[in-house]
Amino acid sequence: MTTATPEKVSKAPPKSPQSGPVEWLRENLFNSWFNGLLTVVVGVILIASAWGLISWAFTTAQWRVVPNNLGLFMTGLYPREMYWRMWALFGMVLTLSGVSWGVLTRSSAKLLTRSMLIILGVLVALIVVIPAVTGSEEGPGLLTPLSASILVALTAITVAAAFVGRAVTQKSPGLAQWLPLAWFLSYIAALWLLGGGLGIESVRSNDWGGLVLTLILAVTGIALCFPIGVTLALGRRSELPIVRWLSVAYIELVRGTPLIAILFMGQVMIPLFLPEGARPDRIIRAIIALTIFSSAYLAENVRAGLQAVPTGQTEASISLGLNKPLTVAFIVLPQALKTAIPAVVGQFISLFQDTTLLATLGLIELLGISNSVLANPSYLGRYMEVYLFIGVIYWFFCYAMSLGSRRIEEQLNTGH
Amino acid sequence: MTSSPDSTKISLWRDERFWKLAFQVITLAAVIIALLVLGTNLSRNMARQGIDFGFSFLENSSGFGVGESLLELQRQDPYIRVLATGLVNSLRAIAVAIVLTTVVGILAGVASFSDNWLVYKISRAYVGLIRNVPLLLQLFFWYFAVFSQAPSPEEQLNVFGLVMLSKRGLYLPGPSFTDSNWLGLVLLAIALLLGGLLWKLVSDVRKPHLGTPGLIKRIISGVAAAVVALAELWLIGSGLSYLINGTEEGFNLGYGAWLPVIAVAAVVLLLVWQWRTKAIVEQGSSGQTYLKGMWAIAAAIILMLVFGLGWQTPVAAEGGGASGGLRLSLEYAAAVTALVFYTGAFIAEIVRGGIQSVSKGQWEAARSLGLPSDMAMRLVVFPQALRVIIPPLNSEYMNLTKNSSLAFAIGYPDLYSVSNTTYNQTGRPVEVFIILIATYLILCLLISVSMNQLNNTVQLKER
Repeated sequence: MTTATPEKVSKAPPKSPQSGPVEWLRENLFNSWFNGLLTVVVGVILIASAWGLISWAFTTAQWRVVPNNLGLFMTGLYPREMYWRMWALFGMVLTLSGVSWGVLTRSSAKLLTRSMLIILGVLVALIVVIPAVTGSEEGPGLLTPLSASILVALTAITVAAAFVGRAVTQKSPGLAQWLPLAWFLSYIAALWLLGGGLGIESVRSNDWGGLVLTLILAVTGIALCFPIGVTLALGRRSELPIVRWLSVAYIELVRGTPLIAILFMGQVMIPLFLPEGARPDRIIRAIIALTIFSSAYLAENVRAGLQAVPTGQTEASISLGLNKPLTVAFIVLPQALKTAIPAVVGQFISLFQDTTLLATLGLIELLGISNSVLANPSYLGRYMEVYLFIGVIYWFFCYAMSLGSRRIEEQLNTGH
Repeated sequence: MTSSPDSTKISLWRDERFWKLAFQVITLAAVIIALLVLGTNLSRNMARQGIDFGFSFLENSSGFGVGESLLELQRQDPYIRVLATGLVNSLRAIAVAIVLTTVVGILAGVASFSDNWLVYKISRAYVGLIRNVPLLLQLFFWYFAVFSQAPSPEEQLNVFGLVMLSKRGLYLPGPSFTDSNWLGLVLLAIALLLGGLLWKLVSDVRKPHLGTPGLIKRIISGVAAAVVALAELWLIGSGLSYLINGTEEGFNLGYGAWLPVIAVAAVVLLLVWQWRTKAIVEQGSSGQTYLKGMWAIAAAIILMLVFGLGWQTPVAAEGGGASGGLRLSLEYAAAVTALVFYTGAFIAEIVRGGIQSVSKGQWEAARSLGLPSDMAMRLVVFPQALRVIIPPLNSEYMNLTKNSSLAFAIGYPDLYSVSNTTYNQTGRPVEVFIILIATYLILCLLISVSMNQLNNTVQLKER
């Protein structure tokens, strides 16, 4: 009695494994009356708002504000005749990125995978098309033909640098470890190109601005808050009571305070705490305040990573004869940081976003310069256009960072 | 081969205990020296500028007005009162934003598990978009690009006579809280608290007794219950009469006022229905009295909402604006909107992570017991997810509280904004900064304490 007659098992034809668009719709959008209703309601709202946005973007919106002020958005009040230095800075960063890309992919089969080729193709096509499409008799387009050709050349240099980096490190892999040093040197070179001195004309830091200033603030803040944050996290996990209590006090005090209050303190109170006459540049004060704030949050992220390392690791290391500092440096911390990567990158992303708060304190980083542009009577009321434009820029960088963190996570993943 | 005790003694430089002590002493000394140096610089700089540290300036007349405030504020009021106004404004934004952002976050988080492809995609797009754009930019966007584009008062936007939007502000239907409204509400709240006591006393009386002590206990409980019941009757009666009599203008307010009332009543009914399901599932037939009590509470709440609060819809006035109802300034509306959507995206991710952390077996077990998928989510999966959700939710609420200080950038007079003006007028950065930090620390502490209480109730109770 354990066998059933075939007729009773199934008379209907088996579900077809290949699904057409109708099948897909039925399964994903209309699988019950409730879902059907939901799809219709949400779909109507979505289509209406998309239609509204598109018609606004092509009729009401006046996009001239973006190309006319592109220089301001990118570099702030940086003197026009010295834009070549910005291009040089951009080229240097791109070249180094290309080399890093080549070095990091040296063990994979191909440098230019299909998706990479598509991205590059689209990029170059955009650079070539944008000046032609957006330019009009009213003024230059989003890119002048000159900047477009520079950008194409830079793209080519980046790819070339990637091939060179790949070829060189495949021959002598030892060179790869010099990459961080190269990045550090490029940071110093960037500051030199930006600020001048030592043979080139100097530019006051009040004229630094736009996206360049945002990036400088974020990169410096990240570079400074990481070591401090790790130290604080170790301090909080330490078995030495005084060190632990000091770390806890610092972390909790800072985490209970709004960032804007700390930035305000940085601008107003740092000079009060320093000897008479010492008045650091306001960009430096901003960086100090950002670092004070972010390192406390970073410490908590790293602490979570430290807690995730099993005690057995420490015990094994001690029993192998390593002392405490070596155990922390070579056994515990690498594992902890690996676990903490998503949270730490998340903190970097919010530090990047937090630089916008400096706009309220008079720094003309990307958001600050946008507000100055909007204050210009010829662009009165162009809020939507400008905020959407810089919103896309911020989104791009933040998304790139989170994508990068996911990549690193995958590469370091040794789990099975 | 015997060695003297001295030879086993390790040198000071290799002794871990010494280093532990030395390290702490050095750290402490470094911190103290740094603080001393900074402190002397500070006092020297302040002396040079002719400021002596102290909070007595708070009593001085401020001479500046605050754009919007719930407290009555005069221009000659002291700084302390101005700061209190700012604090009330901050709290007003924070409280509303926390409630709304929780709703948005949970909806978006649950939507990412929807089997509806469109809803799923929208939830993911919302999170991916909002989290990667700075809050301040979103705040500017909502204020300058959305709310400030509102029409002039003469041609204000009017949605079914319920919601009105113009440059003058956003008008919503709202209860007209009169003094007797408040009195009635307070009396009813006390009645609700006493109700718990009554419940306990009555169940004491109904317990089977053992010997004379038990009997005496029952008699005492019975007497107490009778007294409490009388008090309860009086409280409810007078509370209701205060609520209803105080608001004769709340009755005939056109049909518009009934819509929000019906909406609220529907939500309450839904909640009671949910508790009912829970009681049935958890207690079976023994939960009958519990169920009846719940129905009574639900009916009382609905009656109170409908008749008690004197609902008013805004009435469009000649030449723009409106009277009655609830008026929100555009700054407030923009600040709350930005905070709600920004924090909501983070809460959505927390909720998503929490639900994912519940093992698949729980879901399958619930379904195989015959619970439909919405009940399985509500009764089995979500309560377990709460254990994972609440701790990070706590820190999101604290972030929202701290981020609310950004509202000053669009001109909302919150605590940070009035502190900033106070600093500009008095030139006392240190004192103002101390007040600011202390207030936010206390706020964060309060949130943390109450969320920890909540956390204790949802944590796994191991037997």
